Amino acid sequence: MTVTEGGVSVADGAVAADSSAQDVAAIELVDVAKDFGGGADSVQAVRQVDVAIRPGEFFSLLGPSGCGKTTTLRMIAGFEEPTRGRILLYGDDMVGVPPYRRDVNMVFQSYALFPHLSVYDNIAFGLQRKKLGKSEIAWKVQQMLEIVRLEGKERRRPAELSGGQQQRVALARALVNQPRALLLDEPLAALDLKLRQTMQVELKRIQREVGITFIFVTHDQNEALTLSDRLIVMNEGLVEQLGTPHEIYEQPATKFVAGFIGTSNVLQGVVDRIVGARAVVVPADGEQVLVPATGLRAGQQVELTVRPEKVVIHAGGEVPAGERSAVRGTVTDVTYLGTSTTYTVSRGDESELVVFQQNASSPTAAARPGDIVWLSWLPEHSYVFASASHDSRSPDTAAAS
Amino acid sequence: MRSLRSRLAPYWLALPGGMWLAIFFVVPMFFMLSLSLQTGDTLNGYQQTFHWSTYSDVLSGYHVQFVRSIIYAVIVTSLALLISYPMAYWIAFRAGRHKSTFLFLILLPFFVSFVIRTLSWQFILADNGIVMGPLKDLHLLPQDFHVLATSFAVICGLTYNFLPFMVLPLYVSLERIDHRLVEAAHDLYAGRFAAFRRVVLPLSLPGVFAGVLITFVPVASDYVNATILGGTHTTMIGNIVQTLYLTNNDYPAASALSFTLMGALLLGIFAYARALGTEDVMQTAAAR
Repeated sequence: MTVTEGGVSVADGAVAADSSAQDVAAIELVDVAKDFGGGADSVQAVRQVDVAIRPGEFFSLLGPSGCGKTTTLRMIAGFEEPTRGRILLYGDDMVGVPPYRRDVNMVFQSYALFPHLSVYDNIAFGLQRKKLGKSEIAWKVQQMLEIVRLEGKERRRPAELSGGQQQRVALARALVNQPRALLLDEPLAALDLKLRQTMQVELKRIQREVGITFIFVTHDQNEALTLSDRLIVMNEGLVEQLGTPHEIYEQPATKFVAGFIGTSNVLQGVVDRIVGARAVVVPADGEQVLVPATGLRAGQQVELTVRPEKVVIHAGGEVPAGERSAVRGTVTDVTYLGTSTTYTVSRGDESELVVFQQNASSPTAAARPGDIVWLSWLPEHSYVFASASHDSRSPDTAAAS
Repeated sequence: MRSLRSRLAPYWLALPGGMWLAIFFVVPMFFMLSLSLQTGDTLNGYQQTFHWSTYSDVLSGYHVQFVRSIIYAVIVTSLALLISYPMAYWIAFRAGRHKSTFLFLILLPFFVSFVIRTLSWQFILADNGIVMGPLKDLHLLPQDFHVLATSFAVICGLTYNFLPFMVLPLYVSLERIDHRLVEAAHDLYAGRFAAFRRVVLPLSLPGVFAGVLITFVPVASDYVNATILGGTHTTMIGNIVQTLYLTNNDYPAASALSFTLMGALLLGIFAYARALGTEDVMQTAAAR
């Protein structure tokens, strides 16, 4: 445990992260909630968030608009005070400390660059407030300009820069202060797709270079999965799941997560029997889905998920063999996408399954619309949702992309 | 053909305003210039004699009132700025959804005639009026104490009457400031005062410039406040022009005085614009 000074004792955040503070979270939110407005009009933006972010981590808050992710970030920055709970920065409670005394810096969604100041003065702003010497400021700003690759642009005004360059200035302006955590509020949202992809790579490079904890807010699942070491998926002010991108994608804990991240197929069925470590769920007669038996009992109604790329389509009357989950349906749509083909398979209960098939093998036995086919997948690719309490909430525009 | 028409469109649109300015401003200016160089009187008529010494005569005769007008205008503009800035700031940043209500309240006095408003100040400041009367009855003020007919009364009236001219441009420039810039300043270790000085103030300077301009110029040439609230020692240049023109029928002198005032104000504005209006000055004011 390190005991850190409160207030603006700066600069050694990244150092502390490497050495003694391994067991202390860089940022820890304990039972944090935020209500806006009072009385009957009060809106619960954040209902409950508990999370510990490790030093040096690239951590994302992912969720649809209005899920409370930006409010959570603003509470860490100090622009909003939580209604309940504690926000710890390396063990020190930050609640009640104004933003200008918190050793975190923010990159705003629209950058919020000072329009009346040059690039140099924008970047130097924080250092000037901290009363650093002129030569030290000049040196640090120059170093930062190199990191974000804006050398030679220091005399320009923000309005004279492109969107991507403004983005870099915003990043440099925050990073030059060597904060203990950098907060990024959808920093790439205003950029076009190509620039966004370039900036994603840049962000990752810069984060590795400076070694500062990044807390990144986004509604873009691809961005979150690509960039993060770990992330939380938020919905309606609650944390749906915390995990690595791999865990979140492969083992969505709730129906919401399954729907929000990538495309998911959701099946319903009754637990028929428990066989060893596996439960056999029967969605319909003759079908079976094998899932881990943990916490399940026979006769229980469950919902489970499988990713489209895990599913094998058995065309031409072939029947799946071995210990696999297997369900049946009628092909309603086939979309050829070059490297892969997407099949939509309709089931008796009016639910649909989407299947992605790589076009690696020769397409001798390709399924056609109208074919009745078997679909199968390995037992480890299905997950039963943790609870049914989130049923009423479904992600808007869920299965997009 | 079509492109020619669309290229001419802006000029057509500017025509009514341009004509208005030409007929009611530029032409009368020439009349006034010509009049200021004539000699004669109302009975025998005026001749164009290019009598330039009218200018030196009015300057030597009325330089006291001239300087007094400028001093009053400086004081009133400063007071109006000091009172208006916090007001505009509060409405722009703190009034939330009641912004338009407060703006309306500031404009409300405009719905009452300028002269009536000034007369009510006379009523308030009267020697035995609603403020002074009770204070004198309680012997808190000497019986011969008076506010009317002093510079104080004139400056009060002018400040009150021209306050909205200062508040509105300030409000507009403050309201345009993105609140996230203030948050960004706080995030970068600027406390409330530093955020104001480094971000809000420099970004509101265009509003300060406009407000000072449209307050200073009419205040310097106002004559109503000095007439109603002032006395013999508070005469402003506007009063002199009025007297010369309407009472003495000395049209050349009145015109020469008006021209001198206009020239002085224009010079002042150019100097002021050079000092404050350019972007470079704004930047240095903000950065250091």
